[in-house]
Amino acid sequence: MTTGLLIVQILNGLQLGILLFLVAAGLTLVFGVMDFINLAHGVQYMLGAYLAVTFVGLTGSFVLGLVLALAAALVIGLALEFLVFRHLYDRDHLDQVLATFGLILLLNQGVKMVWGAAPLSVPVPAFLSGNVALLDGILYPTYRFALIGAGLAVGALLWFVVEKTRTGMLLRAGASNAPMVSALGVDINKLFMIVFAFGTMLAAFAGAMAAPILSVEPGMGDNILILAFVVIVVGGIGSIRGAFVGALIVGLVDTLGRSSMNDLLRLFMSAPSARAAGAALSSMLIYLVMAIVLFVRPEGLLPAKGRS
Amino acid sequence: MSLASADAAARRDAPARRRPVVAIILFGLLALLPVAVSLGLPPHWMTLVTRAMIFGIAALSLDLILGVGGMVSFGHAAFVGIGAYVTGIMITEGRTDALLILPVVLAVCALFGAVTGFVSLRTRGVTFIMITLAFGQMVYFLAQALSAYGGDDGLTLYERSTILGFDPFKNRIGFFYVVLGVLLACYGLVSVIVASRFGRVLRAARENATRVSVTGFHVPRIRLVAYVISGMIAGLSGFLLANQTEFVSPAFMSWPRSGELIFMVVLGGVGSLHGAIIGALAFLFAEDVLAGWTEHWKVIFGPMIVLFVLFTRGGIVGLLRKLGVARHD
Repeated sequence: MTTGLLIVQILNGLQLGILLFLVAAGLTLVFGVMDFINLAHGVQYMLGAYLAVTFVGLTGSFVLGLVLALAAALVIGLALEFLVFRHLYDRDHLDQVLATFGLILLLNQGVKMVWGAAPLSVPVPAFLSGNVALLDGILYPTYRFALIGAGLAVGALLWFVVEKTRTGMLLRAGASNAPMVSALGVDINKLFMIVFAFGTMLAAFAGAMAAPILSVEPGMGDNILILAFVVIVVGGIGSIRGAFVGALIVGLVDTLGRSSMNDLLRLFMSAPSARAAGAALSSMLIYLVMAIVLFVRPEGLLPAKGRS
Repeated sequence: MSLASADAAARRDAPARRRPVVAIILFGLLALLPVAVSLGLPPHWMTLVTRAMIFGIAALSLDLILGVGGMVSFGHAAFVGIGAYVTGIMITEGRTDALLILPVVLAVCALFGAVTGFVSLRTRGVTFIMITLAFGQMVYFLAQALSAYGGDDGLTLYERSTILGFDPFKNRIGFFYVVLGVLLACYGLVSVIVASRFGRVLRAARENATRVSVTGFHVPRIRLVAYVISGMIAGLSGFLLANQTEFVSPAFMSWPRSGELIFMVVLGGVGSLHGAIIGALAFLFAEDVLAGWTEHWKVIFGPMIVLFVLFTRGGIVGLLRKLGVARHD
């Protein structure tokens, strides 16, 4: 593999990592503060993408469509919180898993009924189309750079909110001991709703930003949900820093594994068997990484402070 | 936990000692189904109930770790899929004898259970849910990458297993009774396990792992053994599933399958073993009826799951108990 190709693959891995971070951050935040495992987080990512398809199509402007999609995703998320999630916070994890699994079935199928089963797409916005020349004359799409940049910016904003604001302080306090925060006079239900709205927006933002480069189809949230789980397990549950590190590891390992496993195995195998084994191995690679991390550090690489 | 509630919990958790009225009625009705079909029940019921009993075996095995052991595994379909794939691959390679296939199915499932269980049982709670889900997905992607055996499209089998040259799986009624026999045997085995000293320690560890450790038991080892046994039984159901459908595909172990297995267990009533079987039957019948109405049946089924979780406790067996059919003691 040439240096140029390697750089492109690293950028692709970074971009997957950023998307995973946006999804995993919301998931880990909701879990950390509310002790609530939300399998339906993946369909919120999917809804973000579908709503972007609709609103970008309606308004003809990517930015306006993105804003409207986020607002609509927030409304849907809050409706779900009010109707379903709120009643699950004090249930055990089995009930939470099962109820949110039911929501996944509903929403995946519902999306199929509303938008159809065929994959859709969002055009890349005109001001971000075109390519950036890397060294050796290798081109990389501007939009993908913009995606990485936007993801990093949102990550920075998230860090600022969590570390430097009063709401963030309450979030951190809630993550280490929610009953105590409640006892100190904070409206914990309001806090939960803010956390939940945050998580929903992050997932929908990731989905909407991914819409121009990935195909928008039913079930697209399921795959990213499971990758986000791997991210959270690797990074340490409830920890946003952990989610960031975990997301970059998973994104890079997965992308580089898929692109280089063939060449690596070709060194000591015949070409057809290298292709077969490479496909199998590279799809398992991140799970092997997860297993190794768990084996060495069962609590993850950067576990949240104050959690037992 | 107070003495009275501990006592109630012990009674609730001892299915083998409970008067097995519901289980006897259940197995009796199942055994009579071929007769009822010959007397005019829709013939389609035979296929449906056979399939439901196969999933009942898988749900039963899940109940051992989920209900009895308190380990919420979201990757149980992986074992079913591994059992199905081992069967499919061996039949494709011309090894059709069940006496040859079954030991391999059980060994592969035991190995997979031992390795993934060893890693995932280092964690508890939500992390355990996520890890079992991820390992299940790993096997799913592995099956997709098996291009020599159908890859993404799955693998069609052109014959079923034989037993020492006989083929009891060819005949629909014969296959029905084979499945019923396996289900009954698995139910008996799991009941014995649950009632044994090992089973009591497993249940105790669910209630309070620290106390059990202090008493001198090695909790992770006990959980791991239960996990492996459970996986092997699920593999057995995969063997039957491959033989029934004469087809195996990665979809057998996609993660919604694992979710459905959990729902079967909860639908029937967590921790009551015949509940898992009733749950599987109810699930497949509901699926059959809804899918007959509309192709978008999941839009109805999803909210049904949500409502079920929000508003019922104890599942179908809990309901029967309230009606006085199933006794507490």
